[in-house]
Amino acid sequence: MPDLSAYRFTASHEWVRLDGGDARIGITDFAQAQLGDVIFVELPEVGAALDAGAKFGSIESVKAASDLYAPVGGTVAEVNAALADKPELVNSDPYGDGWMIRVEGAGPASPELLDEAAYAKVTGV
Amino acid sequence: MVRTRLAGPMAARTPLYGRHIAAGARMVEFAGFDMPLQYSTIRDEHLAVRNRVGLFDLSHMGEVRLAGPTAEASVQRLIANDIARVGAGGAQYAVMCDDAGGIVDDVVVYRDEDSFMVVVNAACRDKDLAWMRSHVATGTDVEDVSDSTALLAVQGPYAIALVERLSTVQASTIPSFHCLFADVAGMTARVSRTGYTGEDGLELYVRDDVAPALWDALVAAGSAVQLRPCGLGARDTLRLEAGLRLYGQDMDEGVDPFSCGLGWTVKLQKGDFIGAGALRRIDPTHPPHRFTGLRVAGRAIARHGHSVRSGDTVVGAVTSGTYSFTLDRSIATASLSPDVAAGAPLSIDIRGTAAEAEMVSLPFYRRPKGA
Repeated sequence: MPDLSAYRFTASHEWVRLDGGDARIGITDFAQAQLGDVIFVELPEVGAALDAGAKFGSIESVKAASDLYAPVGGTVAEVNAALADKPELVNSDPYGDGWMIRVEGAGPASPELLDEAAYAKVTGV
Repeated sequence: MVRTRLAGPMAARTPLYGRHIAAGARMVEFAGFDMPLQYSTIRDEHLAVRNRVGLFDLSHMGEVRLAGPTAEASVQRLIANDIARVGAGGAQYAVMCDDAGGIVDDVVVYRDEDSFMVVVNAACRDKDLAWMRSHVATGTDVEDVSDSTALLAVQGPYAIALVERLSTVQASTIPSFHCLFADVAGMTARVSRTGYTGEDGLELYVRDDVAPALWDALVAAGSAVQLRPCGLGARDTLRLEAGLRLYGQDMDEGVDPFSCGLGWTVKLQKGDFIGAGALRRIDPTHPPHRFTGLRVAGRAIARHGHSVRSGDTVVGAVTSGTYSFTLDRSIATASLSPDVAAGAPLSIDIRGTAAEAEMVSLPFYRRPKGA
C-alpha cells in the first residue's frame, strides 16, 4: 500500500493529492476494486474549468459506468493520456500511474474532504 | 461510483462456496446464489479460457429429471426443438415457450437411457418447475435434482486434455452435444461436450458432495497449464463474444424465438407443442423483431436497455453489451424493428452520448478450426 498521508478523499471515492495550488486527482483503490476491469476513462479537455464537486468525466468497467467528481476546483492543466490506451492502469496502480487529471489553481482542501483514516471508515476496509 | 450488490443473508451457496472464498473471489448475488464474479480480473479469466483453460462453478444451474412412460411425449410438448432427433447420450439446446410463443426459458435437454435431464437457468428454476409440473403428461415424473447436482465447466483449448489426465475416458471422442458417464478423479460424472464460452470444453455434472474434491483435482492438474478459476464476469463476456443468448436479458416471455435469432431451434413440423400455434403464425423471415450483433465505435459499453437509433428514430434497444477482450472492441446485441434494413447505419445512446454501431452477424468470435 502506498503512503497516502498526503492524499485526501471524497465519499464518492475520488482522491486528490494537493501540492500548493497543484492537485492530482484519481479514484481510490476501493473504487477500482468495486468497478473491476476498467475499459474506458472519459476525461475533460486541458484548459477546462472545474468547480469542486462537479462532474469531470466518467469511468466505465465491464460491470458498470460511473461519473467522476472533482474533489477540488481549478483549471485542468493535464490529463493522463496513458489511460486512453491502457485504462487498466486505474486497476493496477490507482494512486500512481492510474491518475486521471492534474488541476492548477486549486483552492485549499475543503474540510469536507476526508483523510485516510476517515475514508477508511467510509469504505469499511 | 459503484456498489457491489453483496449477497443477502438468504443467498444460497453452492458446494464450492468455500473454495471461492479461499481463492479470494469477489462474490455477488446472482439468481439467489452467492456466486464468484471474478477471482483475478475478468480480462485475465476471459483470456485464460480463449488461450488455455478455465474452470467454472455452475452449480447454481437447475437440473430437472423427467422420467416415466410418457417422459418423451412430455419433453416434446414442453420444448420447441425436436428431442426425437437425439439418441441416448445426446443433448439438445431448446426453448420452452408459453401458449403465446413467448420464451419461458432456454434449456439443454439430455436424453438418458430411460429418462431426460433438463438443465434450466438458476433464476428460472422455480418458475420452470411449476411450468413443467402443470404441463407434463400423466405418467411423467418431474424431479428437481438441482440441490444434489453440482456442475463444473472446464472450458478452453486445453480442457479436453486436462480432463483426460484425470480419467480413463477419451473425452476427445465425445461428439459435441453428447455426454457419457465416467470416473473423473475417482468421481462419477456426466461428462458433457458442451459449454457457454465459444471454446471447446466439457461440463461435468457430479453429486454435490464430491464437487469440492473434483474442483481440487482439476485445479491441481490444471496448474501445469495455468488453469484459472473463472467467475460470472468472464462467463458473460465469453458467451456474448460467442453470440450465445442470456435469458432475462436477450429474451424473456415477451419475446418469441424467431425474434431473438433462435428460430433454428423451432421445429414446427415435429407436431404439436406448447406455443406451436402462435409460432406458426409468425413469418420466420420477418418476425416481430430483428436480433442482431452490433460492433460499437469507441470504448464505451452499450448496455441492456440503451436505445438504438437510425437517424433520429429509435428502432430498438440493446439486449446485451460488453467489451470484447478477444477483439479489443465494444460489442453488443440488439433487438430491432424488423423494418430496419440490413446494413443501415445505427447509433446507440450510451448515457447521452451517441456511439456509431454497425450491424454484424453473430457470433462475434468463432474459435479457430481444429482448436
